[in-house]
Amino acid sequence: MFNAVSKSPWVVHFNCNSCNGCDIEFLACLTPHYDVERFGILHIGNPKHADVLVVTGSVNNRNARVLQNVYNQIPDPKVVVAMGVCTSSGGVFAGCYNILGGVDIVIPVDVFVPGCPPRPEAMIDGIVKAVGILERKRKGEVFPTAPKPTHTFKPSEEQSAEKTVIKEEKTV
Amino acid sequence: MAKNTIIPFGPQHPVLPEPIQLRLVLDEERVVSAIPVVGYVHRGLEKLAEQKDFLQDTFLIERICGICSFIHSLTYSMGIESMMGLTPPPRAQYLRVIWSELHRMHSHLLAVGLLADAFGFENLFMQLWRTREHIMDAMEATTGARVMLGTCCPGGVRKDIDPELLKFILTTLVTVEKEMDEQMPVLLNDYSVKQRLCGVGILDKQTAYERGAVGPTARASGIAMDLRTHGYAAYGELGVEPMVETDGDCYARTKVRVRELYQSMNIVRKAIGQIPAGPINVPFKTKPDGEVVMRAEQPRGEVLYYLKGNGTDMLERLRVRTPTFANIPPVLAMLAGCELADVGVIVISIDPCISCTER
Repeated sequence: MFNAVSKSPWVVHFNCNSCNGCDIEFLACLTPHYDVERFGILHIGNPKHADVLVVTGSVNNRNARVLQNVYNQIPDPKVVVAMGVCTSSGGVFAGCYNILGGVDIVIPVDVFVPGCPPRPEAMIDGIVKAVGILERKRKGEVFPTAPKPTHTFKPSEEQSAEKTVIKEEKTV
Repeated sequence: MAKNTIIPFGPQHPVLPEPIQLRLVLDEERVVSAIPVVGYVHRGLEKLAEQKDFLQDTFLIERICGICSFIHSLTYSMGIESMMGLTPPPRAQYLRVIWSELHRMHSHLLAVGLLADAFGFENLFMQLWRTREHIMDAMEATTGARVMLGTCCPGGVRKDIDPELLKFILTTLVTVEKEMDEQMPVLLNDYSVKQRLCGVGILDKQTAYERGAVGPTARASGIAMDLRTHGYAAYGELGVEPMVETDGDCYARTKVRVRELYQSMNIVRKAIGQIPAGPINVPFKTKPDGEVVMRAEQPRGEVLYYLKGNGTDMLERLRVRTPTFANIPPVLAMLAGCELADVGVIVISIDPCISCTER
């Protein structure tokens, strides 16, 4: 049964603080012009059915918990594809008071796709790479998290000290 | 009386490309009221804009929203120009109109496509987005980018469009119109689609006015409000009529968007037909000083910029009121009393852009 997973990976998409640019480009990947469905990739809404998490944008205190929840609900083996430069550092928004940093501070990332926004071709390349990693994870290989893109914003020590992820945010 | 249930709609939901939470207070299957919970995409862009200089801000402002990026930078540039007393050359004004209308077309196709996806017509969603790709190609051919064009700047535009590329835009529009002529009757006349849209999420004219609806949401309720009629950029010479429907339901909002798609196409054709030759920007050495409020019509409605400069490179204050922010109170009025199954369609029918709203 698990053989089918890497032949037809299902993707769930979560917009995590993004400006929409990456999201519409990711949705464009699914539609006939770029058509990732030819790789068997299907976009679905329920994280419990998914194998691949596509995340765009950076993390703030409010959505860190949601991102963690979505990630935890995906059954193993799973891979995370981080779209756009915001996912690695905050991108153009790095330095905003409400940006904690890239998504890698909350969840482990397998593939970073840099760009603002990345071209759909780059996104397809990222997803195909992730599917390869998914196949190897299925066989029991342990994968380290992906290295960050080399040219990325590094916050000064003062900035990173005052911004910490609040994991337990209580909501009604 | 049965006890009301509260169910969360979002932040991660199949019909929503962006995170917003609506807490739906339900009486059985009927929505009594909806409580919006926002803040999932708040970045703090207005504060960051005060820390960068006003020319860098042009490209930061584009990233408020990836869907209507050009019109954000256009409004910002118009505001800066009005503070510094600049008048962009006529060719730049026409180029701005061409890119604005291309953006409006891709945004409306995107919105209508997502609506089709929300009521379960996935085939139509795919077809509409395939048509949208032609417009994305035209934008890429003229600017080099698909989403963040980066062409508008204070004083004019940064790139010119060659006569050959103008011809390419015209041939693209022929393809787009041909495909739309096939798709739009399906969207507007199909029995099942009408069942999902007609009479759903009704917003009457009085409520729309009281709650401050803007854009297609207001126009579908009978309010003839379109800032393009005020004639910013070159719209004054091109003549724009607001597209008004009176029913105020999801179907009327969709119909307004479809009619605006054809209208935008005609505006682009007209603009290409009468675009004057000449320079594309004016040089300036002054710094923005004073206060200004600038408005423009985005695909989703009216955007309002408040800018305050103090004669230095940095702006003292930048405030943005985006169309979806104005459209959230009307959507809450629409949701009260609707069926739970219609919530997705109603929310998507105002074409929400949460990244704009929260910045």
